[in-house]
Amino acid sequence: MSEEQEKKDKPEEAPAVDPEREAKLKAAAEARAARQAAKEKAEAEAAEAASPEPKPPSPKQPQPDRLVALVRQAAGDDAIMESYLNELNGDMPTLVIHNKHWRSIASMLKEHDELRFNYLRNVSGVDYETHMEVVYHMISLESKQEAAIKVRTERDAASVYSATPVWATANWNEREIYDLLGIDFPGHPDLRRIMMPDDWVGHPLRKDYEPLDSEV
Amino acid sequence: MIRTEELLLNVGPQHPSTHGVFRIVVKLDGEVITEATPVMGYLHRGTEKIAENLNFTQIIPYTDRMDYVSAMTNNYVLVHAVETMMGLEIPLRAEFMRLIVMEMQRVASHLVWWGTYLLDIGAMSPFLYAFRDREIIIDLFNELCGARLTYNYMRVGGVKWDAPPGWMDKVRDFIPYMEKKLQEYDKLVSGNEIFLARIKGIGQYDAATAIDYGLSGANLRCTGVDWDLRKAEPYSLYDRFEFDVPLGTRGDCYDRYRIRLEEIKQSLRILKQAVEQFPQGGETMGKVPRAIRPPAGEVYVRIESPRGEIGCHIVSKGKAEPYRLKFRRPSFVNLQLLPKLLVGETMTNLITILGGVDIVVGEVDC
Amino acid sequence: MEFSLESISLDERKELERNVFMGTLEQLKAWARSNSLWPLTFGLACCAIEMMGTGASHYDLDRFGVMFRTSPRQSDVMIVAGTVTKKMGPLLRRLYDQMPEPKWVIAMGSCATAGGPYVKSYAVIKGVDQIVPVDVYIPGCPPNPAALIYGINRLQEKIRYEAKTGKRVTGR
Repeated sequence: MSEEQEKKDKPEEAPAVDPEREAKLKAAAEARAARQAAKEKAEAEAAEAASPEPKPPSPKQPQPDRLVALVRQAAGDDAIMESYLNELNGDMPTLVIHNKHWRSIASMLKEHDELRFNYLRNVSGVDYETHMEVVYHMISLESKQEAAIKVRTERDAASVYSATPVWATANWNEREIYDLLGIDFPGHPDLRRIMMPDDWVGHPLRKDYEPLDSEV
Repeated sequence: MIRTEELLLNVGPQHPSTHGVFRIVVKLDGEVITEATPVMGYLHRGTEKIAENLNFTQIIPYTDRMDYVSAMTNNYVLVHAVETMMGLEIPLRAEFMRLIVMEMQRVASHLVWWGTYLLDIGAMSPFLYAFRDREIIIDLFNELCGARLTYNYMRVGGVKWDAPPGWMDKVRDFIPYMEKKLQEYDKLVSGNEIFLARIKGIGQYDAATAIDYGLSGANLRCTGVDWDLRKAEPYSLYDRFEFDVPLGTRGDCYDRYRIRLEEIKQSLRILKQAVEQFPQGGETMGKVPRAIRPPAGEVYVRIESPRGEIGCHIVSKGKAEPYRLKFRRPSFVNLQLLPKLLVGETMTNLITILGGVDIVVGEVDC
Repeated sequence: MEFSLESISLDERKELERNVFMGTLEQLKAWARSNSLWPLTFGLACCAIEMMGTGASHYDLDRFGVMFRTSPRQSDVMIVAGTVTKKMGPLLRRLYDQMPEPKWVIAMGSCATAGGPYVKSYAVIKGVDQIVPVDVYIPGCPPNPAALIYGINRLQEKIRYEAKTGKRVTGR
């Protein structure tokens, strides 16, 4: 806001005659321009990531818009933290949602007539050090429509509602995430360690995990 | 009245028919299974954690060791993911080489499955035949990249080695040989009454269950769902070739068996076309930046491995190492239906059903 | 029957030397054991496929008297073919203990030898010799079937050498 204010002030200051002042002003203006450019670039990048319309509008665009609308309808306006098309991944519609809405959204995604995401492809957990995310990649086998839902949760006492009652695929995948990343899945029918022995201490895929082996 | 009691039986992890170190604890009522609990993780080697400290070229050998029966497709899924992130162009010759080795790998992998499955069921000689023919493919791979099992062949941007002189001719000669042998195998085994009695109608499930459990590969297609990623979401050069996707109708072990045999035939069909269309000259390595640093972001790619949909989810922070690398392993997902399938079956069918899923424990446990 | 070694002709003497061998009972047992090594099919990971390949038609381990057994109680040698994880370690020891004496262990591949590519993993035992005594290490990832056959030959040699000299090649 202040920069914009400065920008507005600039043309009025420009006619001043003092050369020293002019040089100073010039330097300041250059700095401002650089700042402005950086800001614009950052904004453009942010817009590119977040805006529903990238430069050449994606042919997949109507899908995510509809998806966002349906999710908002099902879980309220504050359900979606972020939504964007993942350009790296062939414009995959990606939603970032908070855990508290996940349970209602999951069943809606599978059962809503327009979406019908009946095939859960992959579940992976990511430790971002500040928070945790569980990423669900899903597809509708009929319409071949795809989506990635990222459920965000706190890092301490991480917990995400289980999607197993909706997609049976999630069962072991969530057990694996529980085992390796320590994310709790309330509502999971059988949440035990799956890869590591039952008496294992710690969750190896967490970024702060320290292995006990001395020889490594 | 005879007093009966429940029997708890442990199968594995050292068991000849569990294809590695897979373990199932079954509750038996007489000979009928009332509950089955798979226990895995005996081969969990922490590939995903190791990968977080390696650059992408260094991770490729680890993908070989994940699904060690089909290392080429695993190589491909990783390099494909990185290439998708970086938007790299792959030279045509390299892409052809990749496709040819992947299809040969599919034949080799299905042959291993065919041999060991019949061995599990009680036929000894198919195992010997299958390994004899697989050896030809392995020799060709050995000539190409100097390894018999863990090839480390593909690189981000292309392939490591060009075909040596005369190699393509050997592949061309192999196709009619294998086609002939395949007919022989079909005649030898597929009509055998004992074999049919053991696999027909066993381990049956419907399409809705298969989709709900996220099955892929022959395990999904045996129920009649037309979902082969080579056709449904073509990657590499698969849209250039003509081939059919074999489908089942009943969703039992027999359908899965038929589909896999038919897939060998279709792979040979693709190979035949690919060898014909193979470009004369060209590079095997595209223009790749010196340091492979995918942009920050994430990607999920998937391809059709012999066992089903293998996926690779990379979260990158713009560094040479992945921030998080996760593989969607088809064996792991396909196996989830097993406890449900086994209830009500006899002990003998456990082996039939487990073998029919076609698992590789290195992939289940990763 | 009258039989005098002094009065035999040169031809007869040569014939005798060809057909009569002198040795200890230990050597006889070692000869028999080394030519009928029955390994436990203990496929853990990638090396198991190469082990299967070695047992199959092309390399045909049967010609060395090596027949795979599926039960530890029937086997003489354990070929540890693959990565041993910390979850598998206790079971491996248990299987080893179930095998009858005399028994030998071959560590096939770099994972079983020293952890191999998984040496930095949190879940892997770095070398099977931390759990069971190993007689032969075979390098490779995975070793070529020819390397496995060579490893088995070395084990046979070792068994015979130990019987002949009464010395142990490796301390246990």
